[in-house]
Amino acid sequence: MTAAKGADAAKTVAQLLAAKDIVIACGPGGVGKTTTAAALAATAVVEQGGRVLVLTVDPARRLADALGLKGIGNDEVRIPDEVFATAGAHPRGELWAAMLDTKQSWDDLIAAHAPDEETREHILANPLYQNISARFVQSHDYIAMERLYEIHTEGKYDLVVVDTPPTRNALDFLDAPQRMADFFSSRLLRWLIVPYRSRLVNVAARPFYQVADRILGTQFLADISEFFILFQSMYSGFVERAEAVTRLLSDRRTTFMVVSTLEATPVREAEFFSSELAARKLHLGAIVLNKVMPEYLRDAKTDKLAQSMEKQSAELARGLTDDPAVATRVIVEVAESFQNFGVVARREAEQMAELRGAPDVLVTVPFFDADIYDMGGLLRLGAQVWD
Amino acid sequence: MSATVDLLDLKLIFVTGKGGVGKTTVAAGLAQLAAEHGKRVLVCETDAKGDVTALFEAPPTDFTPREIAPGIWSMSMDTEASLREYLKLHLRIPVVGRIGPLAKAFDFVATAAPGVREILTVGKFCWEVKERHYDLVVVDAAATGHIVGQLAAPQAINDLVKVGLIRSQTDWMLEILSDPLQTGLLAVCTPEEMPVNETIELATRIREETTVRMSGVVVNRVLPELFGQREEEIFEQLREPETEEVLSGRAGGSVAPVLEAARLAVTLRRTRSTHLQHLQAGLPAGMPVLLLPYLFARSFGARTTRQVAHALGEELGL
Repeated sequence: MTAAKGADAAKTVAQLLAAKDIVIACGPGGVGKTTTAAALAATAVVEQGGRVLVLTVDPARRLADALGLKGIGNDEVRIPDEVFATAGAHPRGELWAAMLDTKQSWDDLIAAHAPDEETREHILANPLYQNISARFVQSHDYIAMERLYEIHTEGKYDLVVVDTPPTRNALDFLDAPQRMADFFSSRLLRWLIVPYRSRLVNVAARPFYQVADRILGTQFLADISEFFILFQSMYSGFVERAEAVTRLLSDRRTTFMVVSTLEATPVREAEFFSSELAARKLHLGAIVLNKVMPEYLRDAKTDKLAQSMEKQSAELARGLTDDPAVATRVIVEVAESFQNFGVVARREAEQMAELRGAPDVLVTVPFFDADIYDMGGLLRLGAQVWD
Repeated sequence: MSATVDLLDLKLIFVTGKGGVGKTTVAAGLAQLAAEHGKRVLVCETDAKGDVTALFEAPPTDFTPREIAPGIWSMSMDTEASLREYLKLHLRIPVVGRIGPLAKAFDFVATAAPGVREILTVGKFCWEVKERHYDLVVVDAAATGHIVGQLAAPQAINDLVKVGLIRSQTDWMLEILSDPLQTGLLAVCTPEEMPVNETIELATRIREETTVRMSGVVVNRVLPELFGQREEEIFEQLREPETEEVLSGRAGGSVAPVLEAARLAVTLRRTRSTHLQHLQAGLPAGMPVLLLPYLFARSFGARTTRQVAHALGEELGL
């Protein structure tokens, strides 16, 4: 399988990170995507140096804590070296972190593209804009990619690790820039703006208006129109930008990392995601599987042993401890539990086999005894994934 | 007021949860349980992946409901089809070929007007409740991150759109959604840190930002308690190197991995019960918490769905 990927394919996450400028962590929600992204960024700083940014969308306090910050905001902040020192590590480079604040990023974007102050103020005050920027789910996807582009063009970092927003459809954010471009160049948009420019309603647009009027009411349509007339002044800026973002995603210095667990639903999403990346000719650098059951649980010989332990529990327990009755029970419990976990471990192994081959690198992370709370935890996770 | 009577007596239940916690499994189990209690149930999938029907080992459904198991119908939400139905039912607009490429127009409106997509989704479920086609509508709803926006959409639209047909539509939707005797939200989580924190946050947001009542929390994948205190002492004795060696000798092979697996199970169970306590402490007083055992299953299908239904039934005291 390695042959099919070409000689330059990375064999470890370390090699992958050394060769890329942008790593986009994606996959289903709730599988440790944010933590994995942060762990890789921190490990890269320790092992490889350079300026590394982890751009997260997760407002969880815990990540900020783990990075030794009071909180993470829209602006990039540097993680002090002392935080690494608490984990006994010495960074060779700099670790930076930023959290995506969707509303703030939209406002910044408007400020950057608005032709003048008046237009900017009008847009910021428009009720539709406020709704779209604050609530509209898909706007997160777009803004995440937009922000990535901005950071990339500034060129301040050697490596940017992006933690993508949890999306209903994991691919939404890939399509977001294109959709935004399509949206702003759509003919419908022009139809909508027409009546406010002149009294002449395009014949073709009339049925649409009749429907829209009846469903939404005229005031709302007027709001929409105002919004888009204002937005039109920024039209070309937006479309160009969206296209540039799309190009960046398929650049050879960009790679995708699918993070998942081997639970049935996440693994299906991860599979789907991998095939979609391939269909779009985007580079799937790695699949990271979290919370994987240890390999020894799948051992057939031990499984047999556990079965016979269950049957001969009383004989096995004899004289071993101060309470043979309890010991017998414990042996039964222990043997049953091994077989139960074995079922899960074998199911996981099957699922893993299906994923192998898609990425350059496939790594597994075992169940950790404790949750990750600090830099030490992040680096331990990073070390698991690294080589 | 006990959770027991409430849950199956509701007309509309949204099942939500962080991705990967088993939200769909719980939605399917709940539908199964209701059907076993003689209800006609519609179970709705919101992201058209065919996961719900797979749990009944039936082929995927589309926007038109189909009976997939006795008493259980399934449908997949498709906002465009929902719009089509909406236009036909409420505006008497025969859509095909009249307003040009409907898909484009729809995409436009849905993208331009925040909440339209959401309201077509939620609106369809409310419509099924209003028309009383089923005794219970179970929605395998959006993940925790999106559910608040979805459930708050009718109110948001009400604020944005002052007149027009949509306005009058949101009124009756809100009536159904706001009625705790008809509509409820069930949050699914696992006894792990992030899902627990999100669930606690969700409870607050649902209360503050929507008119829907949260009916309870389902904690999925609760690991069995392997040992009591006395058993654990004995277990530790068995793990003493010398004892372990004797045991391996008698068993005819190294028991170390078997004991290690048990230690892992105990550790996992222990970390998880801390999170469970945190959950219980963080939820509003009186919020029912239902525990579902971890299923050590080879695959997930009709059989596990029945297991989940029975476990839910037991937790509900049915």
